[in-house]
Amino acid sequence: MLTQMLFRALDKKAMWLVAALVFIAIAIPVANLVIPEGNPLHLPNYMVPLLGKYLNYALLALALDLVWGYCGILSLGHAAFFALGAYAMGMYLMRQIGARGVYANPVLPDFMVFLNYKDLPWFWHGFDLWWFAFLMVLFVPGLLAFAFGWFAFRSRVTGVYLSIITQAMTYALLLAFFRNDLGLGGNNGLTDFKDILGFNVQAATTRAGLFAASALALALAVIICSAIVNSKLGKVMVAVRDAESRTRFLGWRPENVKLFAFVVSAVLAGIAGALYTPQVGIINPGEFDPANSIEAVIWVAVGGRGTLIGPIIGAVLVNAGKSVFTGAFPDFWLYCLGGLFIFVTLFMPKGIVGLFQKLKPRKGKEASSAAEAGEDPSTLPQPKPVPEPAE
Amino acid sequence: MTDKSGTMLYLNGVSVSFDGFKALNHLSIIVHPGEMLAIIGPNGAGKTTMMDIITGKTRPDDGEVYFDGRTDLTKLDEAQIANLGIGRKFQKPTVFESHTIWDNLVLALKRPRSVLAALLYSESAEDKARIEEILDTVRLTARKDELAADLSHGQKQWLEIGMLLAQDPKLLLVDEPVAGMTDAETVETAKLLKQIAKTRSVVVVEHDMSFVRELGTRVTCLAEGSVLAEGSLDQVSANPIVIERYLGR
Amino acid sequence: MATRFLTLIAFLLAVALAPLPALAQDDFAAQLNGLGPGSFADRTKAMDVLVATGDERVPPVLQALSDGNLYIRESDGKVVIATKAAGGLAVTDPVDGADLGVLPSGELEKIKTNNGLRGKIRTAIGKLTLLSPDQPTRLSAAQSVLKNADPAMLELLDQAISAEADAGIKSTMQMARAVIVLKTDASLEDKRAAVDLVVAQNNRAAQTVLRNTLDTAPDELKPTIQTGIDSIGRTLAVWDVGQNLLYGLSLSSVLLLAAIGLAITFGVMGVINMAHGEMVMLGAYTTYVTQLVIQSVAPGLMEYSLAFAVPAAFLFTALVGVGIERGIIRWLYGRPLETLLATWGLSLVLQQLVRTIFGPTNKLVQPPQWMSGTFELWNLSFTWNRLWIIVFAIAVFIALQIILNRTPLGLQMRAVTQNRRMASAMGIRTPFVDAMTFGLGSGIAGMAGVALSQIDNVSPNLGQGYIIDSFMVVVFGGVGNLWGTLIGALSLGVANKFLEPYAGAVLAKIAILILIILFIQRRPRGLFALKGRAVES
Repeated sequence: MLTQMLFRALDKKAMWLVAALVFIAIAIPVANLVIPEGNPLHLPNYMVPLLGKYLNYALLALALDLVWGYCGILSLGHAAFFALGAYAMGMYLMRQIGARGVYANPVLPDFMVFLNYKDLPWFWHGFDLWWFAFLMVLFVPGLLAFAFGWFAFRSRVTGVYLSIITQAMTYALLLAFFRNDLGLGGNNGLTDFKDILGFNVQAATTRAGLFAASALALALAVIICSAIVNSKLGKVMVAVRDAESRTRFLGWRPENVKLFAFVVSAVLAGIAGALYTPQVGIINPGEFDPANSIEAVIWVAVGGRGTLIGPIIGAVLVNAGKSVFTGAFPDFWLYCLGGLFIFVTLFMPKGIVGLFQKLKPRKGKEASSAAEAGEDPSTLPQPKPVPEPAE
Repeated sequence: MTDKSGTMLYLNGVSVSFDGFKALNHLSIIVHPGEMLAIIGPNGAGKTTMMDIITGKTRPDDGEVYFDGRTDLTKLDEAQIANLGIGRKFQKPTVFESHTIWDNLVLALKRPRSVLAALLYSESAEDKARIEEILDTVRLTARKDELAADLSHGQKQWLEIGMLLAQDPKLLLVDEPVAGMTDAETVETAKLLKQIAKTRSVVVVEHDMSFVRELGTRVTCLAEGSVLAEGSLDQVSANPIVIERYLGR
Repeated sequence: MATRFLTLIAFLLAVALAPLPALAQDDFAAQLNGLGPGSFADRTKAMDVLVATGDERVPPVLQALSDGNLYIRESDGKVVIATKAAGGLAVTDPVDGADLGVLPSGELEKIKTNNGLRGKIRTAIGKLTLLSPDQPTRLSAAQSVLKNADPAMLELLDQAISAEADAGIKSTMQMARAVIVLKTDASLEDKRAAVDLVVAQNNRAAQTVLRNTLDTAPDELKPTIQTGIDSIGRTLAVWDVGQNLLYGLSLSSVLLLAAIGLAITFGVMGVINMAHGEMVMLGAYTTYVTQLVIQSVAPGLMEYSLAFAVPAAFLFTALVGVGIERGIIRWLYGRPLETLLATWGLSLVLQQLVRTIFGPTNKLVQPPQWMSGTFELWNLSFTWNRLWIIVFAIAVFIALQIILNRTPLGLQMRAVTQNRRMASAMGIRTPFVDAMTFGLGSGIAGMAGVALSQIDNVSPNLGQGYIIDSFMVVVFGGVGNLWGTLIGALSLGVANKFLEPYAGAVLAKIAILILIILFIQRRPRGLFALKGRAVES
């Protein structure tokens, strides 16, 4: 009963978050389109895709949090899922250009004409249909996550080993996408988009629409994640995070639980990438950079992992900071970002959300807060996890 | 020891070695339905390794391991074995510290373990009643909404026993259940285990001789990976080899 | 005649004013200017005089004459070499190679040649170069004869072959001879002997020669030549394996150097140090700074700068490592994922720090003489710096094994790794050992940086290129085992180089990454994993 009350409390939080996202999905376009220029509430055009980008990053962070914060899988390869979703959308947008490209080829995108392609490569077929492309946005990252997770979790690759091979995965994809003969634009990626679903991608109204879509997608993801983490499955996920082998002896299959979370997370990351492409106007192999994955991890850490609102706050704050700093003191940004990594891990293991929780202390002792930090508390007081014979 | 029908747990000639060290050496043990067996033995005798083999954590190099007289445990993994009805309590109490005591029991409760079932699960009145009952048995009703991390060592041991009960296993493997408990708690635990053993088979590994005496059950003494002596506690502790190798003079 | 008179005056002046070498120079200049005026016969005579000097400056002049690039400067009658350039002809002095500027073509008169003279020039150049006492000159002459295959050179070539002592040059000459013989209408027997001679060379050049002659050779010889091509091809295939192995070894040594420090910090201590690559980068920059210091303090020691850079890099990066361990990592023991994030942040800071201090561009690290250039052994070619890096990697590996297995510090390190609490109870200062272990791992990364500064760009991003590969090596080899790291580096390096010819460098790398990902899933603890209950955490 009390547990159910706890459920309701969490649900209420999630609902507030969803309401806030729906509000900005309406408010930002209104501030941009309806409120006239000169009014202090008017939002200039350039801000709309920028804010939209923050929300896409927030969705990526939320996806990462589902696997890291709740399931204990530190994926350093989420940039790959994000970029795959982004490429799927990019391919749709390329096909929409049609004969309006520089070479005016009705079928082949410019870069293919330039590289002397005769026919469209097989995997480009169907991307002229929006529904097929949108399906691929979900399917391609999901499939990669399923294949990767199927092998990795089944063979019980855990902890830093998993982190390292996820990093290797995105690194391999980075190298592959740089190649011209992959047929995805090589170094330059996909760009020069014209329209999406018949609307001009450059138009202010389209951008406002994309922003609203980003906010609503994030809201939907919050509902999905909230439903998962508040279910019994969510409890199993946390149990797997804290004591994986114990869940096995209770009859659970951690590999299936992890695989489920990993695939859902990858699909969410793919959606984030797909919304990102039309707002930024380009997608290139640089998005696969392992550094991007790790940066996304720090958004989650800054906001507070293991919570639904934390990653969203973290992603928006860090990226807003990045926009300000790289504009004002470009050399200083990497110091900030690097320092942030160190500071957060050393002094703010629960992120900003953790700070707020400390400010209004609730029932519970110190030990519980240590446990909530997401590590096996038994290893905290002693340095190093030294494996020891039990007898 | 060739007839495994009618046994709950049947180990025959089980050997396993790690990098040349023989942790188990032709170990043979039988547990019957509804029977409690206490296993004693010096450090390194192979008690925990034996449990690892039964629960599928370690694969034996050689030998037979059968559950319920017909299921070959060496072919199954941890989750399958757990779902067959073998519950294990670890030496170091391992509960899910960031969950409440109630949720710990919900996770242990014998219900479908698939991802989909877990996602769609909602607590039925029957489940709640069962959890209340277990909470009552392990005396944690008052603290059911606290985090498991906040429990004392002894209470965690009890919570783990409660989780074992929630699993509704046919065979319980209990590794040092009273380590770190007060004398009063030890007595209570002995009572609890005896009560459990009325309906299920129980294997208890324990160092505490007074606790073993409290259990008043058949005793097997292990040393260097095989059985040294068997019988009642008095018989075993009178055995000269046991005295020499384990109890000391 | 006027020019000659002027030359005479100049000559006399030179004799009066200049010391002896200048005299020789002006002597040469005078002889050179003799090429200019007069008839073809005069020119031939002047040429003979020049050839008789045996001066190494003669062949380029003759070549220029043959190519029609030799001119008389009308202002003073000086013979110069000129090539087409914007606004006229770019003029150089054949005497000292000085640039004499660009002159309009009207101020230069081309020295004419005819076919007879050209033939003589070719022979003269051949004589000068093929019989030159200077080895590289002879080699390039032989190669040019081989390329042009001029039958007129046959006689001279025979003379050169009989005089030649160097086996490599002789083989090139013999090949050239064979090619020429095949071109002439010599008897079939002679041609067959020539082909056999080429086949006997059994190398890539011989194969190329045979391929080129296949079409024009008489039909009777074609099967012989084809067999020769095939048999050389088989030999070369074997050598290719050897060459790939050598390249693989070279890559392995680089991987080993980059990974072995990580094998200590990750493998022995269980610390994920994402800033490991930056330790390598700092080592490379230490080399750069060391060279700057030596350059300004004792330029004579530049040749030995690496001998100073290795200990300097070790000490500096080890100190940085100890600082990192004390400042950051020790607070995060038992939380590997947090360590990973914090050290990643650290790597960003270190990169930016170096960028701020040294700028974002590549820094030039001077390679010492003994590390530059290439050498050939049988049919294998290799650069000296790659060879030295292999030697260095082996030395570092052995030194590390000795430190870990034969020194008190190594004993303490192993003790702390295996059972921290017990080691602590035995009176080992575990924090000190932690710091030292991390310092050692970092110091070794720094030494790797010294080696990598010889083959890679010294830039703030140097380390990033190695971090993923290093982790792959350590993870593949198995944690906590230096031999595993060695085997890991060897397998990955060699496999990469063997895949490259078939798949290209990038695909080979992708294939290796995928193979490792699959491998980790089969053996999550690497090639040389410890076994047993104790390993389970």
